[in-house]
Amino acid sequence: MSAFLVGPLVSAGLTALLALVIVVTDKIVNNYGDVSIDINSGKKKLPVKGGAPLLLTLAGQGIFVPSACGGRGSCGACKVKVLSDVGPHLPTELPYLSPEEIAANVRLSCQVKVKKNLEIELPESLFNVKKYKARVASIKKLTYDIKEVLFELPPDETIQFTAGQYVQLVVPPYDKIKDSVQRAYSMSSVPGDHRHIELLIRLVPGGIATTWVHTKLQVGNTVELIGPFGEFHVHETPKTMLCVAGGSGMAPFKSMLYDIAERNLYPEKEIWYFFGARSKKDMFYLDEMAELQKRLPRFHFIPALSEPQPDDEWQGETGIITDVLDRYIKTTISNAKGFEGYLCGSPGMINACIKVMTANGIPESEIYFDKFA
Amino acid sequence: MAPLINPITLLFASIFTSNILLSNFLGMCSFISISKEWKSSVGLGLAVTFVLTITAVICWLVLYYIIIPLNIEYLSFIIFIIVIAAVVQILEMLIDRLSPALYLSLGIFLPLITVNCAILGAILFMQIRHYTFLQSLAFGFGSGVGWWLAIVLLAAIRERVEKNPVPAGLKGPGITMIIIGFMALAFLGFSGMIQVQ
Repeated sequence: MSAFLVGPLVSAGLTALLALVIVVTDKIVNNYGDVSIDINSGKKKLPVKGGAPLLLTLAGQGIFVPSACGGRGSCGACKVKVLSDVGPHLPTELPYLSPEEIAANVRLSCQVKVKKNLEIELPESLFNVKKYKARVASIKKLTYDIKEVLFELPPDETIQFTAGQYVQLVVPPYDKIKDSVQRAYSMSSVPGDHRHIELLIRLVPGGIATTWVHTKLQVGNTVELIGPFGEFHVHETPKTMLCVAGGSGMAPFKSMLYDIAERNLYPEKEIWYFFGARSKKDMFYLDEMAELQKRLPRFHFIPALSEPQPDDEWQGETGIITDVLDRYIKTTISNAKGFEGYLCGSPGMINACIKVMTANGIPESEIYFDKFA
Repeated sequence: MAPLINPITLLFASIFTSNILLSNFLGMCSFISISKEWKSSVGLGLAVTFVLTITAVICWLVLYYIIIPLNIEYLSFIIFIIVIAAVVQILEMLIDRLSPALYLSLGIFLPLITVNCAILGAILFMQIRHYTFLQSLAFGFGSGVGWWLAIVLLAAIRERVEKNPVPAGLKGPGITMIIIGFMALAFLGFSGMIQVQ
């Protein structure tokens, strides 16, 4: 009997001992005492405990630097400018940084450990970022693979954002997915509604977050949302907006358009919105957009199908969205006030649209987009 | 019955005549994947040497003071793996604190080494060949240096090969395997000199 016990007991004991040594070493070695983080040269001073990665330390203080992978150094989103000397860039950071960023001391905050007083620079907008525990209020099927999910914030909380910004959805571990992941989604709700966040989520085959939303998420569930993030917004110029989107890229434009219609913003601005889909079954919000056109005469919605099916009975434009855009710029839309490009969709669509727009004389600095990839 | 081989001889033997990579082919995955750049191969090689020396000594102590007295040799595999993993963890923390410069060159390689079979391989050789403490120290260090030597040589060769026209089908791992074959042949030339058991 005892012969059977010795082995497991000894290996368990040894494991426990080693674990203890690790914990003790961690406590002693990783204790960097109390340090402070100075943000934007004195704007904010945070007294923190040293030893943890900068990303987690900031999150503990309620400052959420965007991160899609949750600090594993695999997304490259959590870039922060670190002014103090924290040693050269690690090999784990280099693949995500351009030579200009490296020269400007931009670091991946998940890879930089807080060991001493740090001076860092963050966009002011991040101070506004909060973590919300939101309840799923409704889930609506827009097409066979796109869902409109409405989240309600807890009673005492509100969100302030500008149309075009995004939030990070925290997906808990499920089935075979062992780690929590975060994914960015543009908000489609109106900024005027401070109590709700609406997201449009398209099912990506094999996608961790989208599969979870489409198969697991139910009305009444509570999920974590972190935001708002992003620089994508309507620019206050008299220039004509040329918006192009496909699929769930509809989200930021829905938010912008309703915001403009509700508050009658930028009365000078003409708005052209090109929305591409493959066939009728990928098309949605046609009624909503038609209704918006009635409310907002300077708004023009151009839906286009690239592969219309015979039974779609499609009356609108056909062809690839970039071709439709090119045709309209050349023949229909007046360039009297100049153009501005706004894009949301797959990286392929965005690159193709940039090509068409620059070929038509729109400077690249006036083509705005968020690239999620 | 410990073999009567002198630790100094064993040190040289494990570097040249029975190189853990080129005669036993242990630790091949990182050998092939991290040998594209000379600089990172030096870092990885140093990390392997470092961890192998320390774990060989610790595992020797564990083997002769815990495993053998308690007669649980059938668990030595799993115990060695646990010890290696824990030691690597602790080393990583210590290096990070004590020597940021060293951490920068070794740091990201240390976790990779936990699953490097050269480490476990060398420790199992130590067990089945009944090495003494000094022999284990020499063998662990020597095997690490041998691994370092082999990967640095390979990386230096690969950097040169990169600049030459390699047939498309052989690019990357293909030509690397051929190079490793030649290197193993070259190291085979040493093999009659010292017999390591």
